[in-house]
Amino acid sequence: MRMIDGYARGDTDMATDEVWALEAHLEGCRVCRDRLSAAVMAQATAAAAQASGVAVRGPDDTGWGPDVTALVDTVWSGLEPQLAAIVPTPRRRRWTARLSRWLTPTVVPWLAMVASVTLLALLLDLVDTGYPGSGEVSLVLLLAPVLPVLGVAASWSRGLDPAYELTASAPRAGLYLVLRRTASVLVVVVPVLSVSGWATGVTAAQWLLPCLAFTSATLALGGVVGVHRAAVALVTVWAGVIVAPTLATSRTTFALQTDGLPAWGLILALGIGVVIARRGAYSVLGAHR
Amino acid sequence: MTIGKDHHMMPAFSAADIAPTPYAWEIRAAGLKVRAGRKRMAVDGLDLSLGTGVHGLLGPNGAGKTTLIRALATVLRPAEGTLELLGESVGGRGEHRALRRRIGYLPQEFGYYKRFTVREFVEYMAWLKEVPKADIPAAVQRAVERVGLADRADERMKALSGGMVRRVGIAQAIVNDPTILLLDEPTVGLDPAQRLRFRELLLELGTDTCVVVSTHLVEDVAAACTDVVLFAEGRLVFQGTPDELAAAGGPEHVGDSPLERGYSALLKGPEQGRGTW
Repeated sequence: MRMIDGYARGDTDMATDEVWALEAHLEGCRVCRDRLSAAVMAQATAAAAQASGVAVRGPDDTGWGPDVTALVDTVWSGLEPQLAAIVPTPRRRRWTARLSRWLTPTVVPWLAMVASVTLLALLLDLVDTGYPGSGEVSLVLLLAPVLPVLGVAASWSRGLDPAYELTASAPRAGLYLVLRRTASVLVVVVPVLSVSGWATGVTAAQWLLPCLAFTSATLALGGVVGVHRAAVALVTVWAGVIVAPTLATSRTTFALQTDGLPAWGLILALGIGVVIARRGAYSVLGAHR
Repeated sequence: MTIGKDHHMMPAFSAADIAPTPYAWEIRAAGLKVRAGRKRMAVDGLDLSLGTGVHGLLGPNGAGKTTLIRALATVLRPAEGTLELLGESVGGRGEHRALRRRIGYLPQEFGYYKRFTVREFVEYMAWLKEVPKADIPAAVQRAVERVGLADRADERMKALSGGMVRRVGIAQAIVNDPTILLLDEPTVGLDPAQRLRFRELLLELGTDTCVVVSTHLVEDVAAACTDVVLFAEGRLVFQGTPDELAAAGGPEHVGDSPLERGYSALLKGPEQGRGTW
């Protein structure tokens, strides 16, 4: 308090390091800035009272004369209308901007497509007779593993994300962003699949494990050849090895029965392991191919 | 008087500003080789040291300018040699998060989201660059004002002209107050007046930032760069001031200005004679 008074008076006997310390403190402490402002005000009124009594007064009597205060007030009143005219940064955030931290905007149509495909498969399953050769095979079960893969590929691909190079160069790029986007794709896809699975009477583990295994395998492979290519390759393999024979024989293959679950669990664990081991690969351009 | 009634007072300087820099050059490359695609070595044995200032990266098409800038932006890993940015060695498996926070990058193909407004896009980029949440609105406003888009800040990106989109690209590059600023062909699509304004901005940034501007326009270099790096077939051909580049050319060389003559004089190797592209 004593120092602030001295500072406001413009004392010359204050040590330089004291002034520095005080100024550094004033920058960070609002309470002391208010004190300084009050001290300046008090001295200005005192000086004004003195000036009205004494006709001629040297400016070094009190340091801050009323002329200085008047000048500051003039500058302030000149600035005030300009400051008021500046539009403050809008507070509102549109939902698209908020969403973009989880998903690239271009993925939204893809997710809509994935959801509608699932619902279509569910419809065909429920009608049952509508699809020749489907027999006892659940279409939902057949499609479940590849649907999130499409979403993951869409959220991490050069062709579908116009800002891919900017994203890859940002510090937040890399495993963290990959997982964030993958998680948000799964958050949308998994509930839709759960409803469908429940409606068709398939156990959750039967589709959830292959679904997660495929997603992790896409990311693991994506670190090497690019997520987009990995997704295309895995979907092709899935269509060739699982979907085609199943539709041809009208029987749920071994891979999708409950006996196949440990194998899927193994793939999931391997995929996660590879993703973590190669996490540096997601912050370079290669993963976006 | 309302002194002291403001919400937040910006400190004059922070500890980070006065700390001594632990590096001699912002960018230092030795024997740097970077692959473009599977086989081609686009940057082939480059030795380069760049400090604070505006460095114009000149070279014919296919000289490897974009590959070099991508390597400097740490999105391409060097195949061989060493690359040090701000004293940190780049390469290997690391994510370089702390380093990337201090780099600004405008790619040659600047992709953006059409539905975003200018402010939303720059905010999104600031978020990606891990600018502290409390600083984002002010940093975005400052960046948008510096490129002269303050009056269009709340318009959708799809309503902007090509030159304005380019300026948004520059705004997102400077939003994190980078120490190294990499601009790949930033003047494409700017009209002459905007180009002049952009050169002023470059000179302003160059006082405390290491700015690397790749361009194929020799006049950009003359007006805005303190230093010219001439680059051909992945190798350094020349490094010096624009005046030194001009001095390299004589009246017998092709070109309309001293700088262009210097450019063609230095690039005239055995395989690059007159009349070839």
